[in-house]
Amino acid sequence: MPKRTDIKKIMVLGSGPIIIGQAAEFDYSGTQACMALREEGYEVVLVNSNPATIMTDTDIADRVYLEPLTVESVSRIMRQEYPDALLPTLGGQIGLNLAIALHKSGILDELGIELLGTKLSAIDQAEDREKFKELMLQLNEPIPASKTVNTVAEALEFAETIGYPVIVRPAFTMGGTGGGLCDTPAELEEIAANGLDLSPATQCLIEKSIMGHKEIEFEVMRDSANNAMVVCSMENFDPVGIHTGDSIVVAPTQTLTDREYQMLRDCSLKLIRALKIEGGCNVQLALDPNSFNYNVIEVNPRVSRSSALASKATGYPIAKMAAKIAVGLTLDEIKNPVTQTTYAEFEPALDYVVAKIPRWPFDKFAQADRTLGTQMKATGEVMAIGRNLEEALQKAVRSLEIDEKDLLSPRVAKASDEELEKKLVHAQDDRLFYLAEAFRRGYTLREVHEFTKINLYYLDIVKHIIELEAKLKAHPNKLACLKEAKYYGFSDHTIAKLWDTTAEKIRALRKENQILPVYKMVDTCAAEFESHTPYFYSSYDLENESHPSTKESILVIGSGPIRIGQGVEFDYATVHSVKAIQKLGYEAIVMNSNPETVSTDFSVSDKLYFEPLDLEDVLNVIELEQPKGVIVQFGGQTAINLAAGLEANGVNVLGTAVADLDRAEDRELFDQVIKQLGLKQPVGKTAMSKEEVLACAHEIGYPVLVRPSYVLGGRAMEIVNNDEELTQYLAENAHLAKEHPILVDAYLEGYECEVDAICDGKDVLLPGIMEHIEQAGVHSGDSMAVYPPQNFDQSVKDQIEDATKKLAVALKCIGIMNIQFIVHKGEVYVLEVNPRASRTVPFLSKITDIKMTQVATQVILGKTLKELGYESGIYPESEMIHVKAPVFSFNKLADVDSLLGPEMKSTGEVMGSDHSFEKALYKAFVGANMKLPANGSVLFTVKDKDKQQALTLAKRFAKIGYRIFATAGTAEFLNENGLHTMTVAKIGQAKPGILDVLQNNEVDIVINTMDHDQEKVSDGFVIRQTAIEHNIALLTSFDTVDALLKALENRSFSTTAL
Amino acid sequence: MERYLVLEDGTVFSGEAFGFEGQTTGEVVFTTGMTGYQEAVTDQSFANQILVFTNPLIGNYGVNLDDYESLMPNCCGVICREVARVSDSWRKQGTFDDFLKQMQIPGLCHIDTRALTKKLREHGTMKGCLVDSVHDMTHTLDQLRATVLNDRVVEQVSTTKPYPNPGEKRNVVLVDYGLKHSILRELSKRDCNTIVLPSSATAQDILNLKPDGVMLSNGPGDPKDVLHAVEMVKEVQKHLPLFGICLGHQIFALANGADTYKMKFGHRGFNHPVREIATGRINFTSQNHGYAVDPATVDKAELIITHREINDGTVEGLRHKRYKAFSVQFHPDAAPGPHDAVDLFDDFMHMIDQRKEEENA
Repeated sequence: MPKRTDIKKIMVLGSGPIIIGQAAEFDYSGTQACMALREEGYEVVLVNSNPATIMTDTDIADRVYLEPLTVESVSRIMRQEYPDALLPTLGGQIGLNLAIALHKSGILDELGIELLGTKLSAIDQAEDREKFKELMLQLNEPIPASKTVNTVAEALEFAETIGYPVIVRPAFTMGGTGGGLCDTPAELEEIAANGLDLSPATQCLIEKSIMGHKEIEFEVMRDSANNAMVVCSMENFDPVGIHTGDSIVVAPTQTLTDREYQMLRDCSLKLIRALKIEGGCNVQLALDPNSFNYNVIEVNPRVSRSSALASKATGYPIAKMAAKIAVGLTLDEIKNPVTQTTYAEFEPALDYVVAKIPRWPFDKFAQADRTLGTQMKATGEVMAIGRNLEEALQKAVRSLEIDEKDLLSPRVAKASDEELEKKLVHAQDDRLFYLAEAFRRGYTLREVHEFTKINLYYLDIVKHIIELEAKLKAHPNKLACLKEAKYYGFSDHTIAKLWDTTAEKIRALRKENQILPVYKMVDTCAAEFESHTPYFYSSYDLENESHPSTKESILVIGSGPIRIGQGVEFDYATVHSVKAIQKLGYEAIVMNSNPETVSTDFSVSDKLYFEPLDLEDVLNVIELEQPKGVIVQFGGQTAINLAAGLEANGVNVLGTAVADLDRAEDRELFDQVIKQLGLKQPVGKTAMSKEEVLACAHEIGYPVLVRPSYVLGGRAMEIVNNDEELTQYLAENAHLAKEHPILVDAYLEGYECEVDAICDGKDVLLPGIMEHIEQAGVHSGDSMAVYPPQNFDQSVKDQIEDATKKLAVALKCIGIMNIQFIVHKGEVYVLEVNPRASRTVPFLSKITDIKMTQVATQVILGKTLKELGYESGIYPESEMIHVKAPVFSFNKLADVDSLLGPEMKSTGEVMGSDHSFEKALYKAFVGANMKLPANGSVLFTVKDKDKQQALTLAKRFAKIGYRIFATAGTAEFLNENGLHTMTVAKIGQAKPGILDVLQNNEVDIVINTMDHDQEKVSDGFVIRQTAIEHNIALLTSFDTVDALLKALENRSFSTTAL
Repeated sequence: MERYLVLEDGTVFSGEAFGFEGQTTGEVVFTTGMTGYQEAVTDQSFANQILVFTNPLIGNYGVNLDDYESLMPNCCGVICREVARVSDSWRKQGTFDDFLKQMQIPGLCHIDTRALTKKLREHGTMKGCLVDSVHDMTHTLDQLRATVLNDRVVEQVSTTKPYPNPGEKRNVVLVDYGLKHSILRELSKRDCNTIVLPSSATAQDILNLKPDGVMLSNGPGDPKDVLHAVEMVKEVQKHLPLFGICLGHQIFALANGADTYKMKFGHRGFNHPVREIATGRINFTSQNHGYAVDPATVDKAELIITHREINDGTVEGLRHKRYKAFSVQFHPDAAPGPHDAVDLFDDFMHMIDQRKEEENA
């Protein structure tokens, strides 16, 4: 069927800020969809509140609204734009839920806006547990015994009838939020209560557990002519019980016989046809490992994280095709963009195997509960492609960028057998390393299977790696072993460890003996048809298919998996760098390991290498491609950390020279620069031992800020107030302290701000200053920030400009850099310099309309700022006010303290823009999903020394009609000062206590500044945790409270008696 | 142990031996299916062929008694990148390696199967041999080039004696040109009383049994090597509902005046989209053929082209205008592959019933 001509303008909904369970994959799918729709000639209006994305670039859609994803805000846009249709299936669960809410509000009918892709009835059928169950019964497709409940009592009653264990699945939540496995009535009571709370429909499914079954996923597509097909099948390495987002996943399925595979394929196609989905859909199935019995777990009637993975695993662009189908095209009339010779109606055939491993945030959250279950905890993922599974798995491990670069984990090696067995049974993020260790200790496949229920085929892959490891160890320097090890994916680094030599020597030995990787094409058809996809992966095989073009090329290093501190904003920068490189006439080559992103869409660059961002793998590509140079400034710390190794191997690192990068990152060298320039800096020291650290702290005077050098996102950074806290800090971070010196800084009170500067060696452009709303002490990534600054006078701005120019020129910056300042008593102090693109680049690019990454890339490639039309200095400030607010995923991570500090904790960000600061703030809060009723109640639990400040803020809340609750001490103080305050009992005292108030949702906002002691059981921690679990707005900094009040006050009328 | 694949153009791939210890010569073909290695190897259409799996990981779930497509396979060699060291499935009765040993099929692994596939795609299907030494390449190549592949391959794989596959409902004669058990399974599911006849069956042999319908099975090789079957079909189609699959489809085409040709590298795999022209419906089909019907030679007065492959336009289905007879190039019986077109068996049943009604009327 040809595309529809009765619609002209289509609104696309994005997915908002990055949270656990909803990450960069929706930037990828949304971007693809917008481009596909424009390719077909439609006018596209995009709404998304996340500034860090490619999809919110003005050249992706005809009009981009960086506005909150709420009914109110989107309706306002609809009334201005009058779109003919709305496409909601590409913005994750947020987009889908918003579409339902918009429909319910009546605006779609009122304005005659048609919903494209999937009908609301289908969304409802797939998402509403009860309706889904009905459909399955009707189709005669099996599902685990289950019942939808609205109360805890119903849940308990049903569990009695089907027997434990049972799984709780809250309706309409993302990434399984609030769900969990329950072995006992007590566990069920707790989890069900929480799940009901988090479900917008106060609805949960109680389901018979099918733990241990094979977890299989199918990515299926269907068009309006009822053509349906499977794009990719995936099998979870970990059986049912661990959320698929937290599972190691292999594509295609490996342990299913054809009968089993076809049976599940038939089921998936039946489901997508029954739901009449027009576009992509994800079907999750559980197959009994001992029979043909299977169960349908769930259906996601939209593109998902799995569809992004499937797209990258096969090369088949699901979101793009889904968008084309949504406007009426059918699969048999769309060309397969990979082969360009066949049609999109084609089930890809793979001649490689893909492994995905999730990337968890437990390196940042040492206290978090690392147990994996039905609630997703990973922030991102890596994918690796190989010609055998050993290779794919080992490439994936070194793509993770965690402490372990292979399956040799010194930490795990120390575990007792008892501990090891426990870790095998109760999976954590590091189970793969324990599996390897088990085989090293001689456990048999059967034994390990008993502990883990993992299929023997998969277990043997790990065992094989361990056998090869032993073989290597037994035969140092034997070429045949080296060859075999490379064939199965061992890195030079790992072989060097086993042979007690260096990776450089292994590399040399390899090259000398022609043991070199080749690059194979991802072509959707297993080489059956000729393809020209510029999408490659490495393998140790015979024929190389990637041939450097005659054009000069530039290699851009991506930023690897999404993690806290290094998010989608670096992918944004990578993609923009590619665009600039292409504009200057070079060929742009991208290397990256993250399947969720836009940068790993092969149509973005001239050539894509889906590879680990490890020195060895990067050098291999460089040796083949012989690029003119490599750009490392846009791939976050991942790329910058590769710079020295690349240069040592004779690679031309473009932009700021490696020695100068070092001058910015090395404490001592940087101090010298600061001194030479006569700039101010908080007193800072570097120490190598515990004694030295303590001595430094005494010399500077408490409070001090401590952290290891060379880390991103303030990992392991803390403000300590006394010797005791410092000693504890050192004990907890002993392993980090061993590798890196510890930095000790004076902690200055004041306002932080940051600038991103582009420098061509002479001129320095400052697109804008971002002022942080929270005082110093909160990590810049977790601070709210505003552009232009609201509190800085001209003198401060001048000092910032002056310092930035001096630093950029002195550090010989060519390209982009980020500087953090603190303004203390009107004086500007330099906190740190990051000689690379920062988190704020997309935000500032969007509001200043300077495509900063592209300008910086052009400068790196030899243009001057003058040539590009920019003057030195601060760019004129915009009329509009823009506020950035961080977004957190604490509700997915048990036992993580949400009190903000110098360690970054947020996973995403939103932007609010308006003509006044207050309105912009309001939008930012709303965008960050904070519910702000006109009359609500607020609970204060604060430290003694904060009481006076709390009073001022509480009075303002009272003024706009909020009821005030407080714990005994605070309440007394507030009441004494004439403020009507309700007293709630502290934890463990009389009922109703503070936790009851929270659990009953009697308050809308919690303000908590109680101490950040390391105890998980501290009152402050428990209060914060309870607030998060119950979805209550939680603020831990008075500056944020002040900002919130500004926004609320602006919205309400004042009530003052005459 | 080392083992080599030598192709008739002189290319040598060196890898590791598995399966049966021995040498073999055959036509080298590749399949892109990602599951069902056991079904593929036991598919008689691969008789005298060396089968290359583009899917790199083979043997992961072992082999079992349920999934044989024939009990004495004639596939003469297997090539893949990796063979599983350990296989695991609840139905597993043995390993793939042991199975190949039992069936006397040599295997070769750890070679660049993608490079080989590209070569076959570009040069077309070639003869090749699996040998354990290449010391005397000239000799090996001479021998390979001199080998004339058996053109009586259908006779080689077909049953020599008739046998029944009992059922209660319709009586169907199934002529075995190298049939896959999956065709029998589909007929059993529909409770047919099936009699399997050898490939040499004549029209008279069939008509004497007075069946309700006739099926022509799949099979290996060139349809022009089984011209006696073409003669049989010319007569039988006048009297009985007829359904041909794969080689059976080609025989049906030849019987009605169309011509067949050898494809460059054939269709082997199960992601081939096929459009049913009348309805526009597209199915993914299981395919295994190296010959195809030339659409230019299809006599429009006698035959209707009912199905086409959507990418290269290959003739995938034919129907007779006057007789109750039709055929498809793909395998509606799947195994391995998708079940999308399995309802063609129901169409055949319907055709039989219709004829009975007409006769009764």
